[in-house]
Amino acid sequence: MQLPEGIIAVVKQDCPTCVLVDPVLKEIEAQGLPVTVYVQDEPDFPSVARVVDDRALEHSFRLDIETVPTLIRVTDGREEARAIGWARAEWQALTGLVTLGAALPEQRPGCGSKSVEPGIAERLALRYGDVVMPARRLDVPPLEDDVEFCFERGWSDGLPLVPPTEERVYRMLQGTTHKPDEVLGLAPPNHAECTVAKVAINAVMAGCKPEYLPVVIAAVEAALDPAFCLHGLLATTWFSGPMVVVNGPVRGAIGMNWRGNVLGQGNRANLTIGRALQLVVRNVGGGRPQEADQSTFGTPAKLGFCFAEDEATPWTTLGEDRGVPRERSAVTVFSADGPIGVADQKSRTPEPLVDSLAGTLRAINHYRLANAADVVIVVGPEHGRVFDEAGWSKADVAGALHAATRIDGHDLGMGTDKDAPSARPQGAGTLPKFREGGIHLVRAGGDAGMFSAIIPGWLMKGSLGTDPVTREVST
Amino acid sequence: MTTTLLDPTGELAPLERQPIAKPATLDGLTVGLLDISKARGDVFLDRLDALLSARGVRVRRYKKPTFTRPAPIPLIQQIAAEVDVVVEALAD
Repeated sequence: MQLPEGIIAVVKQDCPTCVLVDPVLKEIEAQGLPVTVYVQDEPDFPSVARVVDDRALEHSFRLDIETVPTLIRVTDGREEARAIGWARAEWQALTGLVTLGAALPEQRPGCGSKSVEPGIAERLALRYGDVVMPARRLDVPPLEDDVEFCFERGWSDGLPLVPPTEERVYRMLQGTTHKPDEVLGLAPPNHAECTVAKVAINAVMAGCKPEYLPVVIAAVEAALDPAFCLHGLLATTWFSGPMVVVNGPVRGAIGMNWRGNVLGQGNRANLTIGRALQLVVRNVGGGRPQEADQSTFGTPAKLGFCFAEDEATPWTTLGEDRGVPRERSAVTVFSADGPIGVADQKSRTPEPLVDSLAGTLRAINHYRLANAADVVIVVGPEHGRVFDEAGWSKADVAGALHAATRIDGHDLGMGTDKDAPSARPQGAGTLPKFREGGIHLVRAGGDAGMFSAIIPGWLMKGSLGTDPVTREVST
Repeated sequence: MTTTLLDPTGELAPLERQPIAKPATLDGLTVGLLDISKARGDVFLDRLDALLSARGVRVRRYKKPTFTRPAPIPLIQQIAAEVDVVVEALAD
């Protein structure tokens, strides 16, 4: 933008300080300095000769004006000095006119520029800024409802979506320093390039705030890691979908829930982050139920499953265990079915509590299936207290659970006639129910209730299927 | 004012929605004939009915109360539940 030589002022009539300084601008002009006034509302308002109608706010945007009046001195086409609001000494120094504005008070603050009003800044950035938005544009026909339009296009998981307008997506992208065209990976099943912009669009639709976007991006990166095997997890006939567990300062910063009803409804960050990941799978990857998603039953958790860990316990956090220090934030993705509740309101020492948990653990998937799915056990505060008071670490509890979940006989498979109870070899020794490292312990939940939640994952694990994947959350 | 949305998909399919694939044959299918209540639409549909029936195709007839409004939801649902293919007579 070519800047006019001399003095530039950006004003609006709606601002009392701008009205106050109008005679001063006239005074500068009378002293022989060239003055150009950009006016944001009423073009007839300024008294100087050279007025530029900036109701479109393009000049205000390009000059990066946050407050009016702003006074700028331009020499040889370059900005040399700038004064914000009315400050007599500053204006005198900027113009070199030592008696300027003698009749006015010494100082008056300015008002907000119209170019930075909520909703306006995004529109101006899209219109005049160098915004690259690598996504096709679709016009909603006049008179058609935009939410219904999103349903009609097949973008929805069955619940209403926030229509992804350019302004909303631009605002969402302000939540990250990643460039919109950065590719995070290939989204299965169609192996489409998953860009930051596509993640942002789906995050808008899911109902995320911009400050959630770094968590969503980390979750998508983790889910697209080949070790997580998102393609298989999507395609399986089993129940599971991706579950996101969040650690570190970001939990509190974006208001996530790790207390009461932690696995349920009611917290925007928990619900929309999990949903955004699943909308990426649906829309970017093209993974839809009864198509590539062949799940027999699915689970309500496939709408989106995300929660934060309670880190105010003596245990190490999940993030720490997986290599991200607790002063930094991390997401870990697991395959997950719905939660199974375990009640034990009697145990006051670790051993019987381990026995209670182990009893339910031995039955997951099938009571005779050894080498079953990995599990995440969400240990509630009242169960956690039993372990904490006895000084049991997370590793102590996991070790005791592995020992207590060995099952009789061979790896029997699931329920064929050959494996009927009468055909089972007796005294053939025991097998581990879970692979080594297959029991993951996380702390969360409401203060009251001597319960824990067992969340089994996909039957296929390790090199044949999925492994949990952790990613640090970066801005 | 027109709202512009950004495409959330992997952009592997054309922007315009594609019509569903047409059946290769009408054998074993049920064809619905929808009269939208425009003049002489019934003449066209009666002829289609005769031709399809002569070929052994099952035909069901439906009628919109008026061509000036979209079909009532119960009628749309009934047609969707009962037939595989619909022919709609649009013109006068």
